[in-house]
Amino acid sequence: MSIGLEHYLILSAILFSIGLYGALAKRNAIVILMSIEIMLNAVNIAMVAFSRYIVPLMLTGQVFAIFIMVVAAAEAAVGLAIIIAIYRSRETIDTTKIDLMKW
Amino acid sequence: MGLEIAFWILAVIGIGAALAVVLLSNVFRAALCLVLCFLTVAGIYVTLSADFLAVVQILIYVGAIAVLIILAIMLTREVQRGSPANKLRIPAFFVAILFLGTVVGTVGFAMVKDQWRLAGVAPLEPTTPALAGKLFGEGGFILPVEIAAILLLAAILGAIVLVREK
Repeated sequence: MSIGLEHYLILSAILFSIGLYGALAKRNAIVILMSIEIMLNAVNIAMVAFSRYIVPLMLTGQVFAIFIMVVAAAEAAVGLAIIIAIYRSRETIDTTKIDLMKW
Repeated sequence: MGLEIAFWILAVIGIGAALAVVLLSNVFRAALCLVLCFLTVAGIYVTLSADFLAVVQILIYVGAIAVLIILAIMLTREVQRGSPANKLRIPAFFVAILFLGTVVGTVGFAMVKDQWRLAGVAPLEPTTPALAGKLFGEGGFILPVEIAAILLLAAILGAIVLVREK
């Protein structure tokens, strides 16, 4: 059976679900950030797969994937900076203990 | 034939590595598995004949973001405490399964009804000149490129300001 668009979409969905579970269920803030990176990668796979199979000569999905990578890099830098700043002031990065703004 | 074998190997390793990221209790090992997952995603891009994106994936994710994450793990000393799950573990599992079921059902439905307007054209190779034309050429994405530059500058400045010693 040859590989088609649906294989890539289902692979992307599986990776996204794993990332979703990790982002919702983990207490360590760095692991949550890592799960978010997995989700962004899954979205990129779907983008590139659509670009490859629907409009193979226009590359629009690949351009979108590049912009997603830029935003992911910025998000990782700022997110890790926030985590380190929180660790400095509170000595923990356990998200269940960082609840100052929780209602 | 080689493409199919490569896809299945990369998909299995990638999903296994992603599962290891969320299931391993040692945060440092989880980060190493995340690097493996990024590498397999780069391989998936190669099977999609997106050569430029594969190289960029290795440079940005495996090179830069992985180093950032491992550095943050070293700086926060949470490795001993591990990465325990919070009390939302069971609902989160069901939300993830629900999402997966929805997407797989939709994709299966579209596949049965043959709703994709697939173009039977061979993909463009190599993609780098075409991508450069898209990003910087006439009627392309030059304004988003400029905005992305401003976003990266703002993110770097923000990160420096956040972690600066008072």
